[in-house]
Amino acid sequence: MNNTIYAINGPVIKIRDTKDFAMREMVYVGNKHLIGEVIGVNDSATTIQVYENTAGLKIGEEVEGTGGPMSVTLGPGIISNIFDGIARPLTEMKKTDGVFVTEGSDIPTVDPNREFDVTVLVKVGDELSAGQIYAECPESPLITNRVMVPPSIKNCKVTFAAADGKYKPDDTIIRVDVNGEEVPLTLCQKWPIRTPRPVAKRIPINTPLITGQRVLDTIVPVAKGGAAAIPGGFGTGKTMTQHQIAKWCDADIIVYIGCGERGNEMTQVLEEFGELIDPKSGKHLTDRTVLIANTSNMPVAAREASIYTGITIAEYYRDMGYDIAIMADSTSRWAEALREISGRLEEMPAEEGYPAYLPSRLAEFYERAGNCSVLSGKRGSVTIIGAVSPAGSDFSEPVTQNTKRFVRCFIALDKQLAYARHYPAINWLTSYSEYIPEFEEFYEKNVGEDFLAVRQEIYNILVEENRLLEIVKLIGSDVLPDDQKLILETAKVIRVGFLQQNAFHKDDTYVPMDKQLEMMRTILLLNKRSVEAVKRGVAVSDILKTGLFDKLTKIKYEISNDHLEKFAEIDKEIESVISALGQ
Amino acid sequence: MNIQYSGLADVNGPLVALEGVSGVAYEEIAELRLEDGTRRLGRVVQMEGDKVILQVFEGTTGLSLDNTRTVFKGRPLEIPLSTEMLGRVFNGAGKPADGLGDVFAEKYGDINGRALNPVARSYPRNYIHTGISSIDCLMTLIRGQKLPIFSGSGLSHNKLAVQIVKQARIAEENGQDFAIVFAAMGVQNDVADYFRREFDQAGASGRVVMFLNLSNDPIIERILTPKCALTTAEYLAFEKNMHILVVMTDITSYAEALREFSSSKGEIPGRKGYPGYLYSDLAAMYERAGVIEGSSGSVTQIPILTMPNDDITHPIPDLTAYITEGQIVFDRQLDSEGIYPGLSVLLSLSRLMKDGIGEGYTRSDHSDVANQLFAAYAKVQDARSLASVIGEDELSDTDKKYMEFGEQFEQRFLNQGADENRSMDQTLELAWDLLSLLPKTELDRMSPDLIEAHYRQQ
Repeated sequence: MNNTIYAINGPVIKIRDTKDFAMREMVYVGNKHLIGEVIGVNDSATTIQVYENTAGLKIGEEVEGTGGPMSVTLGPGIISNIFDGIARPLTEMKKTDGVFVTEGSDIPTVDPNREFDVTVLVKVGDELSAGQIYAECPESPLITNRVMVPPSIKNCKVTFAAADGKYKPDDTIIRVDVNGEEVPLTLCQKWPIRTPRPVAKRIPINTPLITGQRVLDTIVPVAKGGAAAIPGGFGTGKTMTQHQIAKWCDADIIVYIGCGERGNEMTQVLEEFGELIDPKSGKHLTDRTVLIANTSNMPVAAREASIYTGITIAEYYRDMGYDIAIMADSTSRWAEALREISGRLEEMPAEEGYPAYLPSRLAEFYERAGNCSVLSGKRGSVTIIGAVSPAGSDFSEPVTQNTKRFVRCFIALDKQLAYARHYPAINWLTSYSEYIPEFEEFYEKNVGEDFLAVRQEIYNILVEENRLLEIVKLIGSDVLPDDQKLILETAKVIRVGFLQQNAFHKDDTYVPMDKQLEMMRTILLLNKRSVEAVKRGVAVSDILKTGLFDKLTKIKYEISNDHLEKFAEIDKEIESVISALGQ
Repeated sequence: MNIQYSGLADVNGPLVALEGVSGVAYEEIAELRLEDGTRRLGRVVQMEGDKVILQVFEGTTGLSLDNTRTVFKGRPLEIPLSTEMLGRVFNGAGKPADGLGDVFAEKYGDINGRALNPVARSYPRNYIHTGISSIDCLMTLIRGQKLPIFSGSGLSHNKLAVQIVKQARIAEENGQDFAIVFAAMGVQNDVADYFRREFDQAGASGRVVMFLNLSNDPIIERILTPKCALTTAEYLAFEKNMHILVVMTDITSYAEALREFSSSKGEIPGRKGYPGYLYSDLAAMYERAGVIEGSSGSVTQIPILTMPNDDITHPIPDLTAYITEGQIVFDRQLDSEGIYPGLSVLLSLSRLMKDGIGEGYTRSDHSDVANQLFAAYAKVQDARSLASVIGEDELSDTDKKYMEFGEQFEQRFLNQGADENRSMDQTLELAWDLLSLLPKTELDRMSPDLIEAHYRQQ
């Protein structure tokens, strides 16, 4: 018997009296073959959410099951590409459907006609298990695709191996014997987006994700394999911060999910990343980037799926042994999509209309981050950096609060800082990263033994400044004693000279860790010598007249990233000038 | 061929239900014919089995369960499109309201529009010169941008919108292919009239398409008004290669209409009773701004909204600002001090300006000047709050200079005449005059070379 549509309400449709569909099964809806997913099954009706615009759909049109859950095809050609929320390539869609997104488009994720230079790594008779690599091919100038046995095949024996050469994604590369049954393996595999891909085991987090952004790397470091949230009201620079991380962080691959955000922002990413050169590899940033775009005017159900599509792609590359960073901008739009669908299903709402399962969905998502030993024995990681857009800039709303429970790095953007054009507008007092103790060894080996001590000293000055500013608000700064005035001046250098960073300046947009450490050391040296001078009775105003405070404020521009030896000269100048005061 | 369904099963607010219907598509248009010969339009908003729920645009007053016959049109809501629309006035549902007869359609456009493929967009880069110092320097409007004006009741947002429309021109182009689409949603008659009169006086009315849904017009029509306006704008921009500036006022009335409609459908409300899909709905509207590859035209939007109780965290301004590329915010305090346009510099922002200003667009020092003005004006606020506690006399010398800077900035830079059209050079030079009131050491957002080149020596 054919299954036909019984009811339509926005993106939600219902079918009556059928037992043909499984929960979370992917379906084709109506004559246009819109893509949908089963989200409710009961005695009387099957409920389906449709990932495309339902206008024009009629009662009585057919719904076809696919027999499997909502899946994405994973294979070479994903890197450098841009997809919609259900992994359809947007560039191809433009070629076939024009400038507007058309419903029912059925273009495969992986271009079946592109050829890759495949090197086969196994021979007939080899024993393989899930996740093992049997071939590889260059996918972009930066990334080599390692072709893996799908996790569903536990153990198998190679019965045929093709010669090295040019192959298309769907060509058979090897055939394997799985319990007596011969299975061909190609360059691609399918994976259901809502199921995390299996790994051998999780391993402890011990390395920071270096972003070249001073306030992140020193004050609130993000972990490779960790999860971080960036909440902030409109105009505070969530997207800008994510762009900066995506451009400069030391992950191998970036998956950027534009979830319910602006179309022009995606265009900007496309254009900028196409032009920018990665300083470490000398290649274009697009060579390591995958974009998922569900702009705010695209169908809301696909917005809910876009997050899962993105993380499945990330896990696929993690399984090859890469470090992946996911930018999800914004998880609030995803939560709102959940709320909208939940409302259409007439579910009982919890806080602010959000469904009661919001926290568990958030937890499921953030838990897919991790530093892992993957099935092939390599190490790979997925780092999730999710932007949160709290309604009314109020951090007590449900999405921010629940997200806070599941991330260990909280990068709070501050409206007041943004108004004062202090960018990145990351509030150094309310943000936190629980990972710092785990990085101790990394810092000692790779940055400097004193890094954590220096960081703490800098942070203490900022905390002290905050306390003093409470007093200044009431009585003005002129009445403070000189040692306290000095704290304010040093803190100002830290805020303006160190924490503020100019994303549009060629040197300042990315600052390596050793320069960050040098900057902090120099600021602390100036502070130390000045404290001594104040103790000798030198007035703060006289210390300021040396111009050294102003000089350090601008040192980020004065000393380029590859001339760190100049810090020694500044240090010498500080030593001689300040110690000459009051003698 | 068309089947007529007699009678209705249910009437509830702007919604009616019909039973025994078949072969109808979701979001299809229906015509309701009353016994007295009048006709109304409705749209399918929900279907279940043979029951169809229609949203009636002109309202349900006078409808009874048996005085109506309904015909389904077999198509979504479309409006006729043509370049003839320039200079014409339409009602909120896109029907001619100036007595000049129907528009001869070059094509019909589905008012819901479709989502632009992000790959097909070009990133907006060219700035629009408005002649208003605060906007040009600090929150530059870019062609293809959506930049809303957040205002409150009684403030001069309409005056500002008119000034922008009159003075807006695109650098080094003659403006021949520049046109305005004006959508009024729930505005008072005399406000609509004010806009019409001002456009006439500026000799611009031949370049304006107006869609008017006045405050006493049906609310369901109000939901259609921006859709009709944007469909027209897209047609003129992307098929006729014109630069279109869309002015939409007042988004608050639009969102309230949406809330009324949602609650009559019995939907679960989100914040402040607005439907959970308010973000998606507003986004579908705002995202229709942009520049696309393969067309030399553009759609730029200036939506105007009045913040209920001047509250910027209210869902309407809040969600709007999350979608739009910045915001221009009015400040009641400045406005009451007689400063026009009394814009709150610190709350205002143009996200796209960074790529559309500077060398090759405006002037090489533009971005530094703007950053420095923002930073300095932020310090003015600190100095003022300190002065209110300890008195102005007790302030430090630097703080006193900031007080002076703040005063001059508001009086000379923000404040300008409703007909005063300042060039970019005038604006930036004025900014340097003001920045020179501060000691050089306070200019921490600029390179020493730049300061040397422009700082006024006393």
